[in-house]
Amino acid sequence: MKQTLSVQAIYVLWLREMKGMWRAKSRVVGSLGMPIFFLIFLGLGLEHASMPGLPAGVDYVAFLTPGIIGMTLLFSSMFAGISVLWDKEFGFLKEVMVAPVSRLSIVLGRTAGGSTVSIMQGLLILALSTLLGFKISGVIPVMLAIVFMCLISFTFIGLGLIFASRMRDMQGFTLIVNFVMFPTFLLSGALFPVQDLPSWLVPVCYANPLTYGVDGLRGVLLGAEASGLPILLDFVLITVFSIGMVGIGSYLFESTEVER
Amino acid sequence: MKVIEVTDLTKRYNSNGISFAAVDQITFTVEEREIFALLGPNGAGKTTLIKILTTLLKPTSGMAKVAGFDVTKEKEKVRASIGIVFQEPALDRRLTGRENLDFHARMYGIKRGERERRVAESLKLVELEEKADIVVDKYSGGMNRRLELARGFIHHPKVLFLDEPTLGLDTQTRRRTWDYIKELNEREGVTVVLTTHYMDEAEYLCDRVGIIDQGKIIVLDSPKKLVDLIGSDLVTLELNTSNAAAIFETLDFVTDVQTHNGFVTLKMERADLRIPILMEHARESGLEIKSVNMRKPSLEDVFLHFTGRRIRE
Repeated sequence: MKQTLSVQAIYVLWLREMKGMWRAKSRVVGSLGMPIFFLIFLGLGLEHASMPGLPAGVDYVAFLTPGIIGMTLLFSSMFAGISVLWDKEFGFLKEVMVAPVSRLSIVLGRTAGGSTVSIMQGLLILALSTLLGFKISGVIPVMLAIVFMCLISFTFIGLGLIFASRMRDMQGFTLIVNFVMFPTFLLSGALFPVQDLPSWLVPVCYANPLTYGVDGLRGVLLGAEASGLPILLDFVLITVFSIGMVGIGSYLFESTEVER
Repeated sequence: MKVIEVTDLTKRYNSNGISFAAVDQITFTVEEREIFALLGPNGAGKTTLIKILTTLLKPTSGMAKVAGFDVTKEKEKVRASIGIVFQEPALDRRLTGRENLDFHARMYGIKRGERERRVAESLKLVELEEKADIVVDKYSGGMNRRLELARGFIHHPKVLFLDEPTLGLDTQTRRRTWDYIKELNEREGVTVVLTTHYMDEAEYLCDRVGIIDQGKIIVLDSPKKLVDLIGSDLVTLELNTSNAAAIFETLDFVTDVQTHNGFVTLKMERADLRIPILMEHARESGLEIKSVNMRKPSLEDVFLHFTGRRIRE
């Protein structure tokens, strides 16, 4: 079927996410609990520890903050992608599927809604980190950070959609949290530099899109010397990942309609 | 004008190497402004048929056109011409009733002023104005169904599909739902296709009824004509034996005999005059009659007549 984009449909689906989020705002803030605890307790606990591989002149809180922003985006974006399954369970997906709009518009509307929520959460974490002594060096770094947050969010909403279209219900969800989301988080360089991991694990880190997202965030927020790879390379790689994931996600989402 | 044309439509499923047809070479048409019912027991293939007509399922073979568009080749055009109320609720429970309608109207590209007018109008039609700004999570089952009916029509579709519109509703709410459907059909001229396994629903609401069983449409006509097929009066006798059919077939005024679980149902004219003769005949043949029931035939009898089963067995 020909894919025509409907800006109206994308906007309406985005609006729905915003209204839903506003109704459940305590839950949206509540889901920040885990990243906030990581930030505060790891940040304070390891503040004076010496960690090999930290970029020169960067303390641990500064190193950790972009990592925790990455974590927040990873978790909330994956949830947003997988939440298609909730719509399936409550029947609402059918209402969307019989509307005269293309599947691609539906996927993009969801992605827009999910990433708006994720980025707002990421910015909240960034704001909180200043209380722990994180220094924001200006408006432009924050703008660039938002660009990276967008790309990280698209990537993992896409991955969430891929899982959602392969699952029947929410039952496999804890498996995904344990075996996909946590390893992705831990092996992304969010908590510690990845260079000093055993050599067999390093390729895993470099296959992980979050590695480039977090590294890019570090580069734009702390300065180019704080990132392990050139910022531009991070940007290109995470862009490729996000297009790929959303592309595969929407392709699989489109094929779900024929099932059952 | 024909709003729906279905030709040799088939949907086959394969499970564990066994292939079965949920919809088996069905052919029928629905006229504009009609209320059309697909009547049959659970598992007869009604919902599968509706899913194909609403583009949610691909048929295995055959052709179906809705509002002049092919359901496999012109999906988006079909979708723009139809409204649907599903068997299970399909509402966003986080949003209010009004927001659900607003979402729907926007998805169908209705402009702002018109949208607000139609949302208000629909809420009024289904008497949900006072509850419009409460989140759907707090609605009762009947309110959900009414809201969905309102939503199904808000974009003024040519055809409104209702899958078991009154399943699980109490008697009073059912009556009201029927009245909403009739009103929509009469006032707005929308064609309605509904599935049901309630005889009274099909009889009360519909211009024509297709009886569907095991994936096939067995007979299709107006409820009145279907009932007339059975003819005259029906007398059901409860007997002490289950094979009494032959004894009554010898009576010349009995035009048809059906037996089921110790009951025998006889078809005849002027049953009021003939019951005494039946009693006499039974006694002479050594049968004991436990109870007698005389009535005008209903769609239930039509179903029994064509399938040899009651609809809920």
